[in-house]
Amino acid sequence: MNQLRQKQEEPLLALNHISFRYPAKKDEITALRSLSFTVETGEFLCVLGPSGCGKSTLLRMIAGFLKPTQGEIRMDGRRIQGPDWHRGVIFQAPTLYSWLNVRENIAFGLKMRKTAKDEIRNVTQSYIERVGLKGFETKKPYELSGGMKQRVSLARALVNQPDLLLMDEPLGALDALTRQDMQALVRKIWHETGNTVLLVTHDVDEALALGTRIMVLSSRPGRILNEFYPDFTRRFLSGDGEEVQYLPEYLAMRREIMKEMIRESGPAE
Amino acid sequence: MFEKVLTFGTIAVILALWFAVTGLQLVDPKLVPSPQSVWTAFLDIAQNGYRNRTLFQHIGASLGRLIAAFLLAAAAAVPLGLASGFNAKIRAVLEPVIEFYRPLPPLAYYTILVLWLGIGDQSKIALLLLACFAPVYVSCVAAVIKINQDYLNCAYAVGAGRWQVFLHVVFPACLPDVLTGLRTALGVGYTTLVSAEMVAATSGLGWMVLDASRLLRSDITFLGIIIMGITGVLMDRGLRLLERRLVPWKGKE
Repeated sequence: MNQLRQKQEEPLLALNHISFRYPAKKDEITALRSLSFTVETGEFLCVLGPSGCGKSTLLRMIAGFLKPTQGEIRMDGRRIQGPDWHRGVIFQAPTLYSWLNVRENIAFGLKMRKTAKDEIRNVTQSYIERVGLKGFETKKPYELSGGMKQRVSLARALVNQPDLLLMDEPLGALDALTRQDMQALVRKIWHETGNTVLLVTHDVDEALALGTRIMVLSSRPGRILNEFYPDFTRRFLSGDGEEVQYLPEYLAMRREIMKEMIRESGPAE
Repeated sequence: MFEKVLTFGTIAVILALWFAVTGLQLVDPKLVPSPQSVWTAFLDIAQNGYRNRTLFQHIGASLGRLIAAFLLAAAAAVPLGLASGFNAKIRAVLEPVIEFYRPLPPLAYYTILVLWLGIGDQSKIALLLLACFAPVYVSCVAAVIKINQDYLNCAYAVGAGRWQVFLHVVFPACLPDVLTGLRTALGVGYTTLVSAEMVAATSGLGWMVLDASRLLRSDITFLGIIIMGITGVLMDRGLRLLERRLVPWKGKE
């Protein structure tokens, strides 16, 4: 499919004048207004915005859980009509199934699509190891810590080898150290698989540490304020480690992004 | 541990009061029989039976009706309730019927069931089925409606179809609430059963209690009530045990 796309020179994902309005008691609430952008294969796009700017709504529309009120979203040139396993989704609260153990949770999608048993076993095991869950295969979700649960969520999405990985503040509920570990894992997997990732977050440092592109959204109704193209995620990979966060160019970009966000929404509360 | 002591202490105090009140002959033994006489009655009807049936036949008759009705009700109410929660159209068809009959006192329509199905077990099982159906159905609908939508979204997003989501996500996700509904239903069914046997029957615990009270055999009446109480507690314990086996994640998420 990759080659096909390149021939047609279509972007992996294309949003064309997307608006979304929630029905409310008196009036409608406009969550997003006329948003257009594209995502290319291999990008790590971080959508950054304050709480309630509609960034989760945006992700849900791309996932196919919500229909845009106006405009259309295309993936590989085809209009998104509903959820599809070519787009993997990871939520902030890991929605793991308590009645299944770690391995069964991860294998769920493959099983639903009636993949051969041997293949399920092999593919599942390889992703279990990749996300560092070896030895936890038969644990139930309620026996795991928050970080471990999020590893299961990650593997559960990756095992289907989606063309696009959608993450809705997946690390927001984790403590600082676990979050750093998980960021490293997400970065490593993105790099190894060559996946395309769209991550929604309100954390500037997370966006800078992971993204190859940062899109800053305004508060509601969300629209694009500015875009940044950081390179820090590759520097993390090349072994500069956490020191990257103290580089002058990192701090400069961080300041610029913060300025953008504060100018838009007034002083932080 | 201390709570256990309190529980057994309470039971002991009640028994002691019973012994004291009857031993000191503070009340008419026709109204409150002594524990000894209840025990004698127990040995007597366990051996010789009550009115042509042994005690265990009476218990068996009652439990047979209850279990048959309970299983039928569960088999019908769980799928219908879950389907109603999942699909608004199915709910629109079923809910008005259930909303209408649910608050009715079962004995009000029992007379009609007796006219239709006769005085035997069929009318009783039908009555209990109706009594058990509503609580299970209602708890199933509520369980589906309160499922986190993202549980379902996650399944759709990895390629599951609607039917697969129902079977592999909705059903297990609702299981804790379904089991709670079943426990309620068993309690409601048991209460209804005894009333039904009091209206029309020739066997069963409820009938035994009523018949004995008509003959002023308060020892047997007391015995019957104690057996009913213990059986009820045991059945609920059984369901709770099943709950712990089937939904070990309950309350841990």
